[in-house]
Amino acid sequence: MRDSIQAAEELNPLIPHLSEIILGTAVFLVLLFAVAKFVVPNFERAFAERTKAIEGGLEAAETKQAAADAKLAELEQQLAEARHEAARIREEAREQGAQIIAEMRQQAQTEADRIVGAGKAQIEAERQQAVTSLRAEVGTLATSLAGRIVGESLADDERSARVVDRFLADLESLEGTSR
Amino acid sequence: MIAGNLATTLAPMASGGGFTPPGPADFDLPPIFGEVTKPMVMIVLSAVLIFALTYAMSRRAAVVPGRLQFAGEFVYGGVRNSIARDSIGSEHFMKFVPYLFTLFLFVLVNNYFGMIPLVQFPTFSHSGYAYGLAALSWLLYNGAGMWKHGVWGYIKHTTVPGGVGGPVLALIIPLEFLSNIVVRPVTLALRLFANMFAGHLLLILFALGGEYLLFEASSSLMNIFGGVMSFVMFFAVSALELLVMFLQAYVFTLLTAMYVAGAVAEDH
Repeated sequence: MRDSIQAAEELNPLIPHLSEIILGTAVFLVLLFAVAKFVVPNFERAFAERTKAIEGGLEAAETKQAAADAKLAELEQQLAEARHEAARIREEAREQGAQIIAEMRQQAQTEADRIVGAGKAQIEAERQQAVTSLRAEVGTLATSLAGRIVGESLADDERSARVVDRFLADLESLEGTSR
Repeated sequence: MIAGNLATTLAPMASGGGFTPPGPADFDLPPIFGEVTKPMVMIVLSAVLIFALTYAMSRRAAVVPGRLQFAGEFVYGGVRNSIARDSIGSEHFMKFVPYLFTLFLFVLVNNYFGMIPLVQFPTFSHSGYAYGLAALSWLLYNGAGMWKHGVWGYIKHTTVPGGVGGPVLALIIPLEFLSNIVVRPVTLALRLFANMFAGHLLLILFALGGEYLLFEASSSLMNIFGGVMSFVMFFAVSALELLVMFLQAYVFTLLTAMYVAGAVAEDH
């Protein structure tokens, strides 16, 4: 080191030793060969396998996704059909119910009409009967009453019948106006 | 500024004969045995180291990488994708990946030899190694161009820029030839060599200067201050060198990739 100033004048670092160029190049080429043959293919293999693994995983996931989508669509379809069916049945039931109610109402009405008609007929018959018996009795009663009041027997049948008829006619006309 | 001060402090001492500043001769280490010198041992050692490490990293090639493999793939993937593929394009880049990957690690490891204790010598501060690599890169990109375009096709491709015609070509062709064929390998080699050489020289200067001022020169306050500052600068420059060593490896590789990309590009 002490003689470096003197040596520097003789030594130009830009001028290489030929042996160093050759050695450096040779060592590099050997290393290049070794790396290209034993190292790079391994790294590339790892990269390729990783890519494949990721792509395989993605593909499997896509298949599963597609299957799940199909299943979901199918289920939704079924659900929609079931809803439709249920709505149809409900509608039918409602129609049937309405029909049944209408029929029942009709029957009840008929029955009621029948019962009312029968009742009316019976009442009419009974009234008729009552009127007939009343007429007979009222005639007798009135005649005997009038006989007692007048003091003499209304022996004259023809006359008494006339009186009774007039009375009854008055009674009926009275009834007619009051009704 | 500190370096400037230091130089003025040291200069009179050098002329006084007390301190001998380091020079190119310090890079001319005596042979270890026979004709074998330290850089020779180092360059072989670097190749063995690189192969052993990268082989250990890549051997398993597992889909889920371990820590070692992950580190290897980080470096390999960086060179492969960020340098090779992004420069050369996805069509041809795989052919050049082994070269670029080896080149990057080779320069990187040999540069960092300059910082590893006990080794502490950047191999590429001997210009011969840098010339060798530059020559290989030169052969690679020119060879790749000729493989792609044919010999005459490549020479035309690389010297005649697109969209230029007429008499200007008489000026352009020699210029393009000079810049693309002649100058490129020279700059490639000199950039690497000069950075490693200058960086190492700076480190020697601050280390020896500090040592001299603190332990050999008369212990005046000025000398002690200068010596301490010299060691501080040694650490600062060391930190800078750590960055430069990586950058030179990266730049050498990236430029080679770009030269290859230019050579194999489609005709414009």
